[in-house]
Amino acid sequence: MPVITYREAVAQALREALDEDSRVFLMGEDIGPYGGAFAVTKGFWDQYGQERIKDSPLSESAIVGAGVGAAMAGLRPIVELMTINFSLLAMDQIVNHAAKIRYMSGDQFSVPLVIRTVTGGGASVAATHSQSFEGWFASVPGLHVVVPSTPQDALGLFRTCRDLNDPVIFIEHILLYGSQGEVPDDGYKIPLGQAEVTRTGSDVTIVSFSRMAQVSLAAAEELAQEGIQADVIDLRTLRPLDADSMVESVRKTHRAVVVEEASGLGGFGGEIASQIQERAFDYLDAPVRRVAGEEVPMPYSMPLERLAIPDAQKVAQAVREVVRR
Amino acid sequence: MMRLIREFERECERQYTRGNIRGFLHVYTGEEAIAVGAISTLAPEDYVVTHYRDHGQALARGLSANAVMAELFGKATGCSKGKGGSMHLFDASKNFMGGYAIVGGQLPIATGLALASLQKGEDQVSLCFMGDGALNEGEFHESMNLAAVWNLPVIFFCENNLYGMGAPSATTLAVHQQMYKLAEAYGIPGHRVDGNDVLAVHDLMRELNRYVRGGNGPVFVEAQTYRLQGHSIADPANYRPAEEVEYWRARDPIPRFQQWLMAEGLASEEEIAQIDAAVDEEVVAAAEFAESSPFPEPEDLYAGVYQD
Repeated sequence: MPVITYREAVAQALREALDEDSRVFLMGEDIGPYGGAFAVTKGFWDQYGQERIKDSPLSESAIVGAGVGAAMAGLRPIVELMTINFSLLAMDQIVNHAAKIRYMSGDQFSVPLVIRTVTGGGASVAATHSQSFEGWFASVPGLHVVVPSTPQDALGLFRTCRDLNDPVIFIEHILLYGSQGEVPDDGYKIPLGQAEVTRTGSDVTIVSFSRMAQVSLAAAEELAQEGIQADVIDLRTLRPLDADSMVESVRKTHRAVVVEEASGLGGFGGEIASQIQERAFDYLDAPVRRVAGEEVPMPYSMPLERLAIPDAQKVAQAVREVVRR
Repeated sequence: MMRLIREFERECERQYTRGNIRGFLHVYTGEEAIAVGAISTLAPEDYVVTHYRDHGQALARGLSANAVMAELFGKATGCSKGKGGSMHLFDASKNFMGGYAIVGGQLPIATGLALASLQKGEDQVSLCFMGDGALNEGEFHESMNLAAVWNLPVIFFCENNLYGMGAPSATTLAVHQQMYKLAEAYGIPGHRVDGNDVLAVHDLMRELNRYVRGGNGPVFVEAQTYRLQGHSIADPANYRPAEEVEYWRARDPIPRFQQWLMAEGLASEEEIAQIDAAVDEEVVAAAEFAESSPFPEPEDLYAGVYQD
């Protein structure tokens, strides 16, 4: 199997969409000659031209809304929001319009729009550029929220997203672009709402998504040295949410640790913990434990930033405490 | 059509007091010449996008009084199957792309519809209505700029009724006396028209349709008009001076057009009375249709959140 980076996986997914569907076009800030803030669309402008790779003004609301309108008119726009922090400037279009139009119109209009954006901290870009809002979007019926953590998932999930007739927030992680992984070359697709068990064990279930799924996997490797075997679940999509997989795992392991990068208060991990206790309470031998970002705006200074974001050591420590109860 | 809108809105107010229409109700009374004058110039394939005061545009675009009234009653036979209500009327078969209830939110969407027309090489115009309040929203400015830099076939049509809810535009918009000049800052031709003169609106729009269809990019229109009622049914509009209301009542677009028809010998008093009677009948029938229509079923709750 070929080994490619997460960045290359997303780029490949976009090229396939452009090559295979003439209704697809890209729209975003500096995705043209500049090649994208994270170099995902490098070379696209030369290859596909400015009609299909539309370099836009710095107008997040207008470009998302233009995507909504173009989608209603039968095209399949893919809009890039440079980072998830800037999605706040487009919230009206995403939440009030994109997510609602099918329902409010009595199912007359579709909005086949994919919004790609970049989440997460750890890049030393401080409080306004390091946030993780995927849980917010997951609270909105009408949206699909996709949070791949590997090149294989990014490509397979995107192939599914581009064929959907409802809006998708496709959320890539800032620190994962350079990560590598094997990717089958058989045109596979990954359905939404299907979590992946990325490691199996019988002592504890670790549930996570996006980069924290990789951090959780690293923690599980560390714990294996101590004889603690973890089931690690990468949710891959938050809406739809595959609750069955995590409940099934917890019924087997009797313990659960939920890991997310955003601050814990109001975080998506609370939803996961809640579903586990509602559906697997009688199987639990310990309270569900949450690991989340600290309750602070992201600091710039590197030692402080490291403290603010969960790492493998923190996850492993939480697991030890749950297992030894 | 103007009479139909006027009578339809009167019926809405009656039905609201009976509890058949709930929630917000923003009537179009006094502004009918705009929807009728503008939409009557469009081709069927053109797009219409509007704001939450949308009954007039919907009727002018050819949605039936039955379907709109049923929507306001929350009935399954409504134009949005009872899911949208007064502020969110839609009809795909008429390219009536919706009423949008977040002020300014419809502008980027209209811009995107126009972008799609351009990308597909189709000869459509997108007509986007907004109130004067929308000019204070960021989405207005982002959309004007985007439409200009991409040369999109969209007509931004501002219904300047002097108030954003209860606040006079004189106190909220820096260029309230010349709103159309805002467009010029984006290199978009700005026009102003008497929004209570249906013929003037019609003539200007015919010209602008040709201009926009000719690949010349977007235009902006400021039509000066007045709400003869409050912002919504809950608003007695006590903040407006009586003389101002009287001034505009004297410019009511409907008697004005009727007088013109008679002066030109195009319609007699009798013929106008016949139109009035037909309109009354249509509106009564719409209310009866809405009342006798079924509500959505409980299983409709989850229908249409996503594609099946």
